[in-house]
Amino acid sequence: MVQGLQMLLVLAIAPLLTGFVRWVKARMLRRRGASPLQPYRDLLRLVRKEVVLAESASWLFRVAPYLVFTAIWVAAALIPTFATGLLFSWSADMIAIVALLGTARFFLALAGMDVGTSFGGLGSSREMMIASVAEPAMLMAVFTLSLLAGSTQLSAVANFMLDQSVGLRISLGLVLVALLIVSIAENARIPVDNPSTHLELTMVHEAMVLEYSGRHLAMIEAAAFLKLVLYASLIACVFAPWGMAAAGDGFFAYLVGTGVYLLKLAVAGVLLAAFETSIAKMRVFRVPEFLGAALMLGLLGTLLLFVTRSV
Amino acid sequence: MTLPLYVIGMLFAVAVAAVPFCRWRGAASVVYGACLAACAAALTAALPVLTAPAGEASRVLPLGIPWIEAHLRLDLLAAFFLVVVNLGGAAASLYAIGYGRHERAPQRVLPFFPAFLAAMNLVVLADDAFTFLFAWELMSLTSWALVMSHHRSAGTARAGYIYLVMAGFGTLCLLLAFGVLAGAQGGYAFAAMRAEHLTAWQQTVVLLLVLLGAGSKAGIVPLHVWLPLAHPAAPSHVSALMSGVMTKVAIYGLIRIVFQLAGPPAWWWSALVLVIGATTAVLGVLYALMQHDLKRLLAYHTVENIGIIFIGLGLALAFETAGMAAGAALALTAALFHVLNHSLFKSLLFFGSGTVLVATGERDMERLGGLIHRMPVTATTFLIGCAAISALPPLNGFVSEWLTFQAILISPNLSHWGLKFLVPAVGAALALSAALAAACFVKAFGISFLGRPRSAEALAAREVDAFSCAAMIALALLCVLAGVLPGLVVDALSGVVRELTAASLPPQSSLPWLSLIPLSPQRASYNGLILLVFLLCTSTLIAMAVRRLASHAVRRAPAWDCGFPDPNPATQYTAGSFAQPIRRVFGRSIFRVEERVEMPEPGSLAPARLHLRLHDLAWEYLFTPIARAVDEAATRLNALQFLTIRRYLALVFATLVILLAGLALWQ
Repeated sequence: MVQGLQMLLVLAIAPLLTGFVRWVKARMLRRRGASPLQPYRDLLRLVRKEVVLAESASWLFRVAPYLVFTAIWVAAALIPTFATGLLFSWSADMIAIVALLGTARFFLALAGMDVGTSFGGLGSSREMMIASVAEPAMLMAVFTLSLLAGSTQLSAVANFMLDQSVGLRISLGLVLVALLIVSIAENARIPVDNPSTHLELTMVHEAMVLEYSGRHLAMIEAAAFLKLVLYASLIACVFAPWGMAAAGDGFFAYLVGTGVYLLKLAVAGVLLAAFETSIAKMRVFRVPEFLGAALMLGLLGTLLLFVTRSV
Repeated sequence: MTLPLYVIGMLFAVAVAAVPFCRWRGAASVVYGACLAACAAALTAALPVLTAPAGEASRVLPLGIPWIEAHLRLDLLAAFFLVVVNLGGAAASLYAIGYGRHERAPQRVLPFFPAFLAAMNLVVLADDAFTFLFAWELMSLTSWALVMSHHRSAGTARAGYIYLVMAGFGTLCLLLAFGVLAGAQGGYAFAAMRAEHLTAWQQTVVLLLVLLGAGSKAGIVPLHVWLPLAHPAAPSHVSALMSGVMTKVAIYGLIRIVFQLAGPPAWWWSALVLVIGATTAVLGVLYALMQHDLKRLLAYHTVENIGIIFIGLGLALAFETAGMAAGAALALTAALFHVLNHSLFKSLLFFGSGTVLVATGERDMERLGGLIHRMPVTATTFLIGCAAISALPPLNGFVSEWLTFQAILISPNLSHWGLKFLVPAVGAALALSAALAAACFVKAFGISFLGRPRSAEALAAREVDAFSCAAMIALALLCVLAGVLPGLVVDALSGVVRELTAASLPPQSSLPWLSLIPLSPQRASYNGLILLVFLLCTSTLIAMAVRRLASHAVRRAPAWDCGFPDPNPATQYTAGSFAQPIRRVFGRSIFRVEERVEMPEPGSLAPARLHLRLHDLAWEYLFTPIARAVDEAATRLNALQFLTIRRYLALVFATLVILLAGLALWQ
């Protein structure tokens, strides 16, 4: 029940979060900005349009949007948002969630190469370069968290963080910074990639999906929206687990949990927009250094735990 | 026990019988069919031993040197590796029934292929040093003969020469290791070696020799140099066997000696194995990323996977020295699971590269492209293999890496400070190599199978015969099965693991929903089956919703490419350009990459050129100096060839005196 509701909830609010971030960004730049509901309209428009398929596209190109969307949606379904005690949370832990995101990336990168255009290959190649540093960084962050909590299960980590005895830890601070850097890179946000441009030499994600149109593009856009929600929920679930309803709570607790969750997403959206407006896009070959910092922070966090305690 | 012996005998008989008949047209089908039957029979003999430990047996045959008879033993470890060898062997034989028809020189392949299979089986069953070394050397020589089967192709002769030198060196190291293990009494049976107690110094010598001997066969960095030359040079079904199975036989030798014969390990053994594993994993995948020859890329990737297996083995040793039996069991299970997984997907991928070779005559990815349209079965199975080797859930590669990660996560309990610092770094290296492997296989699949054909041969490719396809489909299914039902594999491994570490993982097949819980449900659990069902249900739901609500219109049109599509396939990304960002990030220090762009003068119509040079540091700093030193020594000793008989006798006499003097001093 909670599992199904949560899947629907993340799906329903995913476009809203992206629209909200865009709106806040526009306001910060003293523009009026499109309504936060604009992404819903965009998706609807794309779904109604016909698909223009490149002549050299294979079946993989047509299947990939569904695979990518499914993998990200399932990964998002495994992260506690407004309540812990999800039905399927035991079937995959944090490492599996990272790997599911890797599956989505794998197929998206292949789809970028399928038509055989130079832009698609460029996007895929750069995406895999970024991922080759971002994924280990994410895994090191996961290691630190699971060493602290003594479990790789996300719900166990959330319960551990809710516990008052956690206190402030240096490793946690390092991991928070590492996770923030990784989520900026994985969601193709400034300064790693620019989500609002086409035809820029440094673009990555948009270059990969350049050949998509119609309902396929809608699926890919929706998957990107979901990914943003996923990372925001992950960070909220680990570093701000307050207000989440537990397994046996009543209706009211769930309502409060949902409200608090939406509030957390809104805060995350405002922070992201503020960060993005205050920083310039990086050159593509400075990105590995930026992500390398995240990897080193994660490694440092793990090392500190290895040295200071035994599980 | 008798059945595997009959199988080995039958394989040798087939090898001998193939010699006079190999020119005959139907010979290939008969030989490979017989190999398939033999491997299937060996599988039926080995599988029950794994599940019911009562099946262990040993046999002494009056063969070999008269006073050392041939000891053979089928215990749990041997049974597991028999399964790996014969699963790979059966798949390769099935594949070769179709693939072997395209062989130009069957007389160079048919007699050696069954002998190679028999030798690998014999290594695993051997229970004394003589039989082991004999089978090991036979395995090396038959595989060398198979590598040399296309001896006129460019580079094959060099590959075969380097392989022969490295194989000889490896066997020499193992021979010396067994010499130390046998002790002063000279007990060459493994049972006698187990009873022997070595001093710490002797143990050190044994460990180093085994790492050199078995490690060079497995392909650890920096002893890997022969592997990416020799594996691709052989016919593809032999490449699959060498990469997928023979490297596992080397791992078997390492496990047998280090875990069983060498006595209790010291802490620094694990540190050494972990450092080797981490270096091998990261460097192997980086080398693989730089390749544009499909088979060579796969061979380099074998090096990476050997590194992952070594990491598992190193962790198992570390836990064993710390007295944490459960941890050792977890790490060893992960390593053995990866042994099985790698034999499955690496064979599959080599088969795929073989069908591409048959269909297009090309191994160079820069001349392939668009094969997914013309070779649907090969492309789909190759894609599954790529996803599995990149450790993507819910396939099998992910499970073994997940288990290795779980083993790393319990290692803060290790008491030794050196290991406490080392293990997190090893974990980071493993994570890095997994991510780079995904990049590597996006490149391998994307460049060869996707996009537009880059040559006329790629455009004219056709799907290959049913036997080859059947072998690839079977392996792809096994990859999915092992990933979705990992509990069954872990249970099958539990006996082996208990034999080696005195503990095993809790039984998995009785758990609800067939999930995988290595230690305790609070710590970690994974369920590939639920994940697969979950993914399938969700994607069906989405597909149905889109079908229902969205527009169905599809129009085919030229590619958009930002409004400037170029019909020339040369404008696509190539293997070299795909790897360029990663080469720039990692390659400066590791390969000493030298890149130079030559731009023509403004107004000149000459093409711009990119000069690229990669250095292999293992060659330049290890092997070239050794080769030069050997050359130098040989030149100086050359004078000894032209002495008179008087001087030779004087030399013999001097040697004798020096040896006797040495012996007298030592006594």
